[in-house]
Amino acid sequence: MTAPRAAPDLEPVIGLEVHVQLATRSKLFCACRNEYGAAPNAHVCPVCTGQPGVLPVLNEQALSLGLSAALALGCEVPASTKFDRKNYFYPDLPKGYQISQYDRPLGLGGAVELAGDGGATRRVGVARVHLEEDAGKTLHPPGENYSLVDLNRAGVPLLEIVSAPDLRSPEEAHRYLVALKRTLRYARVSECDMEKGSLRCDANVSLRARGSSALNARVEIKNLNSFRNVERALAHDIARQTTLLAAGEAVLQETRMWREEEECTAPLRSKEEEHDYRYFPEPDLPEFAIPPELVERLRAGLPEMPAARLERYIGRLGLPAETAAALAADWEVADYYERCLAAGGVPARAVASFVLGAVLQEANARHVSVSGVNIPPASLAEVARLVEAGALSHQAARKVLAEIAASGQSAAQAVASLGLEQVSDRAQLAVAVDAALAAAPVAVAQYRAGKQNALNALVGAVMKATRGKADPKLARQLLLERLGA
Amino acid sequence: MTSPAGAFRSAVSIRDDVVHGRRSAREVIEETLARIDRLEPRVDAFLAVDRAGALARAAEIDAEVTAGRAQGRLLGVPVAVKDNICVRGLPATCASRILAGYHPPFSAHAVERVLAEGGVVIGKTNCDEFGMGSSTENSAYKPTRNPHDLERVPGGSSGGSAAAVAAGMVPLSLGSDTGGSIRQPASLCGVIGFKPTFGAVSRFGLVAFASSLDQIGPLGASLLDVATLASVIAGPDARDSTALPRPAPDFVAALSPSLEGVRIGVHRDYVEDVADAAVRALIGRALETLREAGARIVHLDGVDLLSRYAVPAYYLVANSEASSNLARFDGLRYGPGAGAPDLLSTYTATRGRLFGEEVKRRILLGTFALSSGYHDAYYLKALRVRRLFIEAFQEAFRNVDFIAGATSPIPAFALGEKIDDPVTMYQCDVLTIPASLAGLPAVSVPCGRTPQGLPVGLQIIGPALADARVLSCAFAFEQRSGLMGTLAPLAEEVA
Repeated sequence: MTAPRAAPDLEPVIGLEVHVQLATRSKLFCACRNEYGAAPNAHVCPVCTGQPGVLPVLNEQALSLGLSAALALGCEVPASTKFDRKNYFYPDLPKGYQISQYDRPLGLGGAVELAGDGGATRRVGVARVHLEEDAGKTLHPPGENYSLVDLNRAGVPLLEIVSAPDLRSPEEAHRYLVALKRTLRYARVSECDMEKGSLRCDANVSLRARGSSALNARVEIKNLNSFRNVERALAHDIARQTTLLAAGEAVLQETRMWREEEECTAPLRSKEEEHDYRYFPEPDLPEFAIPPELVERLRAGLPEMPAARLERYIGRLGLPAETAAALAADWEVADYYERCLAAGGVPARAVASFVLGAVLQEANARHVSVSGVNIPPASLAEVARLVEAGALSHQAARKVLAEIAASGQSAAQAVASLGLEQVSDRAQLAVAVDAALAAAPVAVAQYRAGKQNALNALVGAVMKATRGKADPKLARQLLLERLGA
Repeated sequence: MTSPAGAFRSAVSIRDDVVHGRRSAREVIEETLARIDRLEPRVDAFLAVDRAGALARAAEIDAEVTAGRAQGRLLGVPVAVKDNICVRGLPATCASRILAGYHPPFSAHAVERVLAEGGVVIGKTNCDEFGMGSSTENSAYKPTRNPHDLERVPGGSSGGSAAAVAAGMVPLSLGSDTGGSIRQPASLCGVIGFKPTFGAVSRFGLVAFASSLDQIGPLGASLLDVATLASVIAGPDARDSTALPRPAPDFVAALSPSLEGVRIGVHRDYVEDVADAAVRALIGRALETLREAGARIVHLDGVDLLSRYAVPAYYLVANSEASSNLARFDGLRYGPGAGAPDLLSTYTATRGRLFGEEVKRRILLGTFALSSGYHDAYYLKALRVRRLFIEAFQEAFRNVDFIAGATSPIPAFALGEKIDDPVTMYQCDVLTIPASLAGLPAVSVPCGRTPQGLPVGLQIIGPALADARVLSCAFAFEQRSGLMGTLAPLAEEVA
C-alpha cells in the first residue's frame, strides 16, 4: 500500500484511546469469572445482567492492576478517586449505563517512550488512565431478523488509556501501540491480545498547519482490529482530510469506521449525533481513598521495565543492540532468557541466540507463547553448554531442543537418544574429510585458485556426510591440513 | 401506659407465644391470612399474598419449636414487604407494568435478615410505581385505601406497608424511604415508620429509585416492634458499598422511657408554619407531651433549615439518579417488553407504554437535569444545596439532641384529590425530604387524630448515626401518649 502523506505544509495530530481488559480472576463489580471464549452467557449473574435491586462491589484486584498500569506508565496516582455513570442505551449494556471514571481517573500525566532513530527516544504523553466496565457483545446472525446478546464480557474490567495528541504520523502511532502493549504486558496487567479483544484501539486524527498549535476538527476512527489497521486507517484518513482541505472544503468533526475490505474509512455518526452521556457520580460506589501503602507496594512490585532491561542487556551483558531489543520486546521472552542465564555457566550471547532461534521457532510452530514452550530453561542452558564445549554442533543442538520439547527428556537423554554426540575423533572424521575431497574436485581446484569460500562448501559436505555430528572446527582444520594450507 | 386496643397483636408478643409454644406459627399465619381475607378487599394493601409459602414456613417453624431448636427475634411473626424489595420466589413489580411477572432470583439483605430471625414474609405490598409518589395512587395496579377512611389515600410511596399495619393485617412491614416514603404514609395511617441513617440498612435487593437517598426501614404499631425489626435489618453488608461498615447497636436495649436532660429542637418550618391547623394543634400538644416527659424544648428560630429549597433540590437529585437507575428497564432481559420491528421502537414502545405517567415525568426531568449544558445549573447546584442541608442540620444539632415537628403538613387527603397536580403532591414531602437529603435518621410516631378522625404523626429527626436515640425518644413519647398499638377503627371490626 502506498500511504498517502499529508501535504508538506500540513501535519497530522494523532491521539489514541486504547482499552485493555485487565487480567483479573473475576469481573469488575461481581464475582463472575473473567474468562474469554466460554459458551455465551456462561459467566453471568444478577449483577452483570443488571437485575433490579443489585449493587456493584469493586474488585480490588482490578483496582490493583489498574494502579500498576498507571504506575508503569509513569502516571500520577491521586490520593482518592470515584466512579461515574456514563448513560446510554444499547442491548449489550444491561444497566443502561456504564460504570466508568469521568473527572477523577486512576492516573494522570504519564508517558510512553518510543525508541527513535540512532538511540534517541521520543516521549508520547499519556493524558489519563481510567477504570471502567466492559459491555457485552451483540451478535447479528447474517440473514436473520434478530440479534443475540452475550453478556460474558459485560462487567469485565477495562483500563482506558488516552494518549496526549502527541503522535505525528501513522507509523509513530503504530510504534506507540507496540511500546504501550510491551509496557502493559511487562506490568502483567493484561494479555493485550487484540485477536481476543483484550486490547482495542480508537484513533483520533486532525490536520493543522505545521508549526501551528491549533487543534482542528477531529475525526475519530473506530473498528480498528490490528495495529496494522490503525496505521492504515490513519494514513487513509490523513489523505482524505488532506484532499478535502486542498479543495478548500472543511473536515467535519465526526466518528468514522474503518472498513478493512474496502481499505477506507466511512462515516458512522456526526457530531450532532454523538451521545450526551449525562455523566454523574455513581451513587452506589462512594468516593474512596487510594492508600499510599498500596501504591508503594504496587510500585515496588513492578518488574524491571523494557527500557531498563534493554540497557542492562547491552551495558552489562554485552549483547548486541538488536539481540537485546529482540529479547526485551516481550516480558515472557526476557524472563525466559534470564532464567536460562540463572542456570549458569553459559555466555549470555550464546543463550540469547538459542532463545531467539530455537525457542521462538518452537513457540511459533505451536502457536503458544514462550511460557508454553516445553523446554525448561535449565535444559536449554545445558544444551548451550554442550555447544560451547564443542560436544554438540549448532545444527545438532536444534534437533536436541526439538526433541526435548517433544519428549520432555533431559538434555543428556535427548542427545543420547538422537545419537548426536559430536564426532571429535580425528581418525573417524578423517575418513569423511577424504571422501568429501574426493567427491568435489571442482571445489578443491577453486580453493587452490584462491577462492576461500570454496572451503565452506567442503565443510558443509563433511557435515552432511556425518549428519551434522562432525565438529565443524575440527573438520575445517583437517580439510586445511589435507589441502596443504 | 395504656393497654393496646383489641385488634393489636404486637410482633414481640407473637414471637414470645410461638417461642414458648403457647401458639403455633401455623395458628398465627392462618389468623393473619384470615384477617387479610376479610380486610384486603376494602384496603387493597397487597399486590401479592404468599399463602402457600407462609404456611409452609410456619410448618417449618413449628417443627423447629417442637424439636426445641426454635430461636429468632421474629419467630413466627408475619411481615409484609413493599413490592420494590426483592423476596426470592415472589414477584417484585415495584407496582409497575414494566416488571409484571418478574420474580427476582435473590432476596434483599433486609429480607434475608428477617427470615434468619424466624420472620414469615406474608406478601408484597402496594406502593407508588418505583416509589415515586406520596399517595400510592401511582401504582399501576390499584390504589390502596387509608384504613382510617377508605375514601382517602394512605400516603406513599409505602402506602401498602403502612395500611397493612394500620388495618391490623400484620404487626410489621418493610418499606423504603427516599424523600419520606416510610414516614409520610406512617403519619397518614397512624402507625410508626422509621427511616434509618443512610447506610444503616443495606440497599441490596431494594430496586433503586434514587440510590443516594433510598433507605429500607420498618413500619409497625409499637415502638418496641419497630425497634426490633430495625435491629434485625440494620448492619453491614459486603454487597452494598454504601452500607455502614460497623455493626448496628441493639436498638431495643437502648429504648428508655425517660427524656430527662434531652434537648428537643423546634423550628417553625415544622410547627407554626405547617399548613393544616389540626396538624399544628396536634404537633403543639405532642411537644408539650415531650416536655412533660422531661425534655427541654429549644427554639431553633435562629437557624435556617432551608426547608423552602427541599422540594426543588430533592427532585433534581432524585430524578437525575432515577433517570439512570430506571434505564435498565428496556424489556430485553426481563419484564414483558413490547415487541417492535427495530431497536429504537422496542425501547420507545416498552418504556412508553409500560411506565406510568409520573415515572416518565421524573425520568424526563432527570434526563434534562443531567444533560450537557444544564448539568451544572441543575444537578451540580442541587448537590451543593444538599451539602448546605447537611451543614444546616449539623449546625442545629450543636445545641439540640433532636428536632421534632410534623411529618406531613396535612393529614390524609381524598383519593384523586391531588393526583392531577404533581407540584401540590410534591409538597406533601416538604417536611420529610430534608432528613433524606442529609441522610439522617427520622421516625414518624402517631400523636393523635384530627377532629375528622385522621391520624397525625410527630416526626423526630436525629443526627447521623443516632438511630438508637431517635427510636428511644419516640419510645418515650409513645409511652406518654398512650397511643401504642392504636389501629384504625376498621381493624377492630374484625378483631
